[in-house]
Amino acid sequence: MSRLTEQFENPEDARLLLGRITELARASGRDKIQFMEVCGTHTVAIFRYGIRQLIPNNIRLLSGPGCPVCVTPNPSIDEFIELARKPRVIATVFGDMMRVPGTRSSLESEKARGADVRMVYSSLDAVKIARENSDKLIVFFAVGFETTAPTIAATLLAAEKEGVENFFILPANKLIPPAISAVLDTEGLALDGLICPGHVSAIIGSNAYEFVASTYGVAAVVAGFQSTDILHSIYLLLSQVVEGSPRVQTQYSRLVGEEGNPAALKAMYDVFEPCDSAWRGLGTIPMSGLKLRSEFSKFDISGKFEITVTDSREPEGCLCGEVLRGKAEPEDCPLFATACTPEEPVGACMVTTEGTCQAHYQFRES
Amino acid sequence: MCLAIPVKVVEIRGETATVEIEGVRREVSVMLVPDIKAGEYAIVHAGFAIGKLDEQEALENLQLIREVLDSGESKGAGEG
Amino acid sequence: MHGYDGRDLPGTLPIQGELRLRRSKPDFITLAHGSGGRAAHDLITGFFLPYFDNPILKALDDQGVFPVEGGRLAFTTDSYVVDPLFFRGGDIGKLSICGTVNDVAMCGARPLFLSVAFVIEEGFEIDKLEKILVSMKEASREAEVAVVTADTKVVEKGACDGVFINTSGVGIVPPGVEISANRVQVGDAVLVSGPIGEHGVAIISEREGISFETEVSSDCAPLAGMVDAILTAGLRPHAMRDPTRGGVATTLNEIALASGVEIELEEESLPVTAAVKNACDLLGFDPLYVANEGKLVAFVPEKEADRTLDVMKANKYGESAARIGRVTSSGKARVFMKTRIGGRRFVDMLVGEQFPRIC
Repeated sequence: MSRLTEQFENPEDARLLLGRITELARASGRDKIQFMEVCGTHTVAIFRYGIRQLIPNNIRLLSGPGCPVCVTPNPSIDEFIELARKPRVIATVFGDMMRVPGTRSSLESEKARGADVRMVYSSLDAVKIARENSDKLIVFFAVGFETTAPTIAATLLAAEKEGVENFFILPANKLIPPAISAVLDTEGLALDGLICPGHVSAIIGSNAYEFVASTYGVAAVVAGFQSTDILHSIYLLLSQVVEGSPRVQTQYSRLVGEEGNPAALKAMYDVFEPCDSAWRGLGTIPMSGLKLRSEFSKFDISGKFEITVTDSREPEGCLCGEVLRGKAEPEDCPLFATACTPEEPVGACMVTTEGTCQAHYQFRES
Repeated sequence: MCLAIPVKVVEIRGETATVEIEGVRREVSVMLVPDIKAGEYAIVHAGFAIGKLDEQEALENLQLIREVLDSGESKGAGEG
Repeated sequence: MHGYDGRDLPGTLPIQGELRLRRSKPDFITLAHGSGGRAAHDLITGFFLPYFDNPILKALDDQGVFPVEGGRLAFTTDSYVVDPLFFRGGDIGKLSICGTVNDVAMCGARPLFLSVAFVIEEGFEIDKLEKILVSMKEASREAEVAVVTADTKVVEKGACDGVFINTSGVGIVPPGVEISANRVQVGDAVLVSGPIGEHGVAIISEREGISFETEVSSDCAPLAGMVDAILTAGLRPHAMRDPTRGGVATTLNEIALASGVEIELEEESLPVTAAVKNACDLLGFDPLYVANEGKLVAFVPEKEADRTLDVMKANKYGESAARIGRVTSSGKARVFMKTRIGGRRFVDMLVGEQFPRIC
């Protein structure tokens, strides 16, 4: 299978695709064509392959809000930090969340100060910790989009079946299509196409992006993550732009279907239901988050403790919000690479590898 | 925002499977892909298989891309 | 290779403690073992000494005394706090010897003598300590170095993770050999002695919460022999370093900074095994930033590059040695990489720490 991955990284295919992309870009007659890659993993892949240098100058790639760490707002992070400080609590998180700064602290700092904070690779590992520590309360920070939410749902279904009583989540999952709407509604943002997230789409299906083309007239291609996938997707988007026929295409057809993964969607919506949700930078977006259905409310840690998070605020001067919408580039932020660096991040976009600001910083030219 | 890797399903025991990709083996849950069988390929994220990977489709896709590059048409692998 | 030849000094006496300890070997380390009294003495003489067996150490003075020829000494120190203590391909003991041997060797010096200091947690199992000592003995023997002075402290339970080890090492720099990070020149070839990222992957695969099975073993190994072979062949690298934490990327950046040069790597040429690549994909790591413990990078004049590679490949730890880039200009100190598809990406030092991620 690793051979399959390599087959989608063939330099010769890249060369041919880039040739066609260059021709099309010229044929478009456009000064500037803007595509947005929604997903942080795509942002990193684009940098790691060096794709920005290879595509014609009149194509601009903007990074979108598809970084779950970046869009989790400070009140959520602050709440989870408060939970981590409670006695008898073992706080479990994906590695991505360890260094994110809340208003005053981070989980990494709390761990250094003695809180029991543990990194896990899967929510299932968190339940395992719960089983092994029956005298403790294990709380899992449920962040992530539709790729991750079904895995958390499946974990809760299993925990319920098993009768695990000391495992809880702090719900913080979010949904991608409403965020895409919010971005496309942004005034002054002229997007010609979207590179849609390949793995979210494996769950929700390519039909979920119909509205991008039909309501907004924006091209959409569901893309895989290797160089051939990304370049092919850019080529397909360009073709749509040149033809003037925006629609949804699936480049990542080896994984993504029109309807997505029914078992995963069922698990997700059996356990969760949509709710309004606050996104860093995008504000509150209706029906863009997931909360536990009442049958599963026993797993919800919110409300079990007296947690009052007051004074949660985003750092001053931080442009994460604009960056997440594609309205600003990291380099436009006054804090970028000066006060805000991966070593000492101010905003969430700088904390994780797939945060737009850290990606721009890690791969900066000078 | 979704790190996921392609793996081969080696053995399934109930809702857990042993998967491998050259040099790496792991136990993952297959709760979300109940139809998957040993010998098939899957994409794994956060300890779960989240979808089946169609190797045949992958190779056809590559072929299509190369044909497209030769002929100059703008067909994608799948519409809609 | 010339190292300490272990000839007995006249007048060594049989060690009394050795007999006493062997009759009543404890199961666990206790605070008494670190207090300097009888228990400590017995532990050192009966337990540690047999593993570092040489007349200098056996004298049990507070210092090790050895003769040196006139010239330059290379001197280094490092502390080892690895978790887990035992991993595929080695353990903290092997690491502590190889790491310091390699640091001495990177300037072209022949490593000769080491000091070892243990900080052991109360309750640490003697059997585990013994395994560590066996590893240290084997590594020292392979590297042809002798531990000539040692110390042990025991701390209360919880004050350290099992055992911490510090080793310091000295070696003699051959006359006329000048190898340093600030001596790199434009046009130099960048070589690496083998596949990258093995140690980091081996370690993390055994950590709680992210375990996965992999055949990847730590590449922990002493490289003094390889360095010696390079110098003996008449080759003179400008700089050498063994990339450890922070990976090859961090090491190359350090050297770029020291010499004020720009380095261009070729992704296609980077030796990475499929197993390491896949493990890194699983965790969201970039192999360029993953730890190594048995590799060196060398900056050599272009005209010596091919021969240096040949010498590396003839060494058991350098079979997959490869040319991975070149020094392209001076002025701005930075590292770039030409990607597999012909693009260009900047390769920074490791910032923070790589955590396994899902995104």
